Amino acid sequence: MLNMTDIMETVTMIQDEALDIRTITMGISLLDCADGDIDVSCEKVYKKITTKAHDLVATGEAIEKKYGIPIVNKRISVTPIAMLLGASGGDPIKYAKTLDKAAKDVGVDLIGGFTALVQKGFGPGDEELIKAIPQALAQTDVVCSSVNVGSTKAGINMDAVKTLGQVVRDCAELTKDDQCVGATKLVVFCNAPEDNPFMAGAFHGPGEPDCVINVGVSGPGVVRAALADLDDKADMGEVANVIKKTAFKITRMGQLVGAEASRMLDVPFGIIDLSLAPTPAVGDSVAHILEEVGLSQCGAAGTTAALAMLNDAVKKGGLMAANNCGGLSGAFIPVTEDAGMIDAARTGCLRIEKLEAMTAVCSVGLDMIVIPGDTTAEVISAMIADEAAIGMVNYKTTAVRVIPAIGLKEGEELEFGGLFGTGPVMKVNTSSPSKMIERGGHIPAPMQALKN
Amino acid sequence: MKAVITVVGKDMVGILAKVSTTCSECNANVLDVTQSVLDEYFTMVMVVDISDLNADLSAMAGKLEEKLPTMKIHVMHEDIFNAMHRI
Repeated sequence: MLNMTDIMETVTMIQDEALDIRTITMGISLLDCADGDIDVSCEKVYKKITTKAHDLVATGEAIEKKYGIPIVNKRISVTPIAMLLGASGGDPIKYAKTLDKAAKDVGVDLIGGFTALVQKGFGPGDEELIKAIPQALAQTDVVCSSVNVGSTKAGINMDAVKTLGQVVRDCAELTKDDQCVGATKLVVFCNAPEDNPFMAGAFHGPGEPDCVINVGVSGPGVVRAALADLDDKADMGEVANVIKKTAFKITRMGQLVGAEASRMLDVPFGIIDLSLAPTPAVGDSVAHILEEVGLSQCGAAGTTAALAMLNDAVKKGGLMAANNCGGLSGAFIPVTEDAGMIDAARTGCLRIEKLEAMTAVCSVGLDMIVIPGDTTAEVISAMIADEAAIGMVNYKTTAVRVIPAIGLKEGEELEFGGLFGTGPVMKVNTSSPSKMIERGGHIPAPMQALKN
Repeated sequence: MKAVITVVGKDMVGILAKVSTTCSECNANVLDVTQSVLDEYFTMVMVVDISDLNADLSAMAGKLEEKLPTMKIHVMHEDIFNAMHRI
């Protein structure tokens, strides 16, 4: 029988500690939509998305009402569009606009998959798609884009890295009148997961089934509150244990919601992404968890160790609660989306170099970081190369989502609003890496790739 | 099928009466009630059978909020509690 303490604990998590399901993401394969004629292809894409995802938003809302748990976003991820472009040729923007229209017509918040996977080199359609990303993101509202430039198995495609430095800049330039928002919708990955439900990096990998439901949970506020109740003298092992228990509960809720959505939509349940995804709302911050562990501010010495412990405990707790785990699974550290990180960036306690170290021990990478508008394409490329190297060598996903704030300098801020938050412009090391970036080519796969 | 109704807020006359009247209007059978008052702070947890409910859960929550505008009210399917607190 249910007892009052358990019931009130759940109610408090939702009411006071911002516990929610961050996203139900429907992955849809578009491989059967490819056609030699791009217009036919786009028509098939529109039809398939609007058919498969027709009831997605209504189902999400029904589950919200039944369980009293907020589901913040309903999203769609699709087959990397570069694969369709390879077959059809033509103007990639047509696909972006088709995705945008289909997503708006079914009412989802975001759609991801304007994507190319080029870790080993460019296939048909890849280069055309990458070059079209800035225009595609400027001309659409809800389309998200990603490019995988490296992997542990393949090494790093430095030609793609070189191109993408400029692409990131162009995304910001084309949307400079709108807070450079284009760059917030582009993620450059190493070891990109094929079943990630989180944006902007979600796409539906070629190894995935026709249609699938993936769920991302979010509960930094709940973890922080659980730690606040803990004795100040509790040792780090006890801290990790509390996080594990809390992550278990959060993930069980995700499992319940995912299974219910899968049943109602008659679509297989893929994975739960075991994540702590912050929002700019007060009390929903990963940085505040680290501060609760015992740092005066996020970015101080000890941040990497605290984050490593947090990230590991979240996975250990979540693992048993979920039937299948996947996606990015880990704590996120998107600067502009986390109230504690925004504060730490403003005071200068949190720097890009520290964030880079943090990315070695948690999910994703340099995420939602606003950099000076005059940062050169070569420096951005080199930042991408550094992150990709961390991912490649450590057999983990890393990514770069930086936003060059066109016309702004250190100390000024971009204001995205909503989940994307606010970002102070952070200092970047401007020493030129241009000779290395100009070399292009390919960084060979590391020793870690040879596991067979 | 069961649902859990939680009501939290400042204590006053008639809270339980209003909640149970609403349950009766919605054809929800009350199975269990636990309540406590600490420093004038009222907390109530009610488990109801919703197998023959004549409205949906959110409509029932809406009615309760109308009758008790100053209280924090949640109506949630029991599965969420079982999922989070039972292995």
